[in-house]
Amino acid sequence: MADFNVNLRDVGSVSVIDVNGYLDAHTAPELENVFNKLLDQKNFKVVVNFSDLKYISSAGLGVFMAYVETMRENNGDIKFSNLKDNVYNIFDLLGFPILYEFYKDEQEAIQKFNEMSKS
Amino acid sequence: MIYQNKKIEKELTIKSTTDNLALVREFTKKAAEECGFSEETAGKIVLAVDEACTNIIKHAYKYSPDGKIIISVKFDKDKLAISIVDEGLHFNPNNVPEPNIVEYYKQKKIGGLGIFLMKKLMDEVKYSTTSGNKNEVTLVKYLTE
Repeated sequence: MADFNVNLRDVGSVSVIDVNGYLDAHTAPELENVFNKLLDQKNFKVVVNFSDLKYISSAGLGVFMAYVETMRENNGDIKFSNLKDNVYNIFDLLGFPILYEFYKDEQEAIQKFNEMSKS
Repeated sequence: MIYQNKKIEKELTIKSTTDNLALVREFTKKAAEECGFSEETAGKIVLAVDEACTNIIKHAYKYSPDGKIIISVKFDKDKLAISIVDEGLHFNPNNVPEPNIVEYYKQKKIGGLGIFLMKKLMDEVKYSTTSGNKNEVTLVKYLTE
């Protein structure tokens, strides 16, 4: 009954994951499926757009921790954008800003990838 | 304070499946708001209770769907105590080290975050064994706003 949707779209060479609703232990496997699909397709540059995410628990945070290293080993990354304050606060409590890049806007995060590939 | 002499008692029993977490959150949110907590603090309490139930489903019942979880809410004056009882495997939270995000990253380790969050979000987190050899975790939050 948890209300969660995940959508994947390509913006140039970057894969954008839109997450919507409640990301918890029940819905986290849906997000894992999307990451597995990205690995299969060898798409390692990922931006997660949180603009429609209302809630996240540690099960959701664990998904990003499980995949980020593989993305980085392949010259990619997982970057986060458009977080609501209550969602960002949970990432912050756990120290995520030390290891992950957070952006106010999806475009900024995509731009960062594009700058990386130019240099 | 308007809520000074307020007393609230509520209880919810669920089976140990993750699809019940939404129900747990709804129950907890309503109870916390009824006690007079702000939306922001109610959100923290909701997440702590979600983490406690998630841990029980994962570790005490190992995802077996027939376990019982009883969530009891008691509010008196300014103290909200939420007791969560299960009949699954015993669990010693002291065996779980506090996570360090950098170490986690290196080791690709992804457990232990829930307990850490519960401690950060609540004023008190207590683990005990009740009569009948059941596990109990009690989460306490004081109404200060």
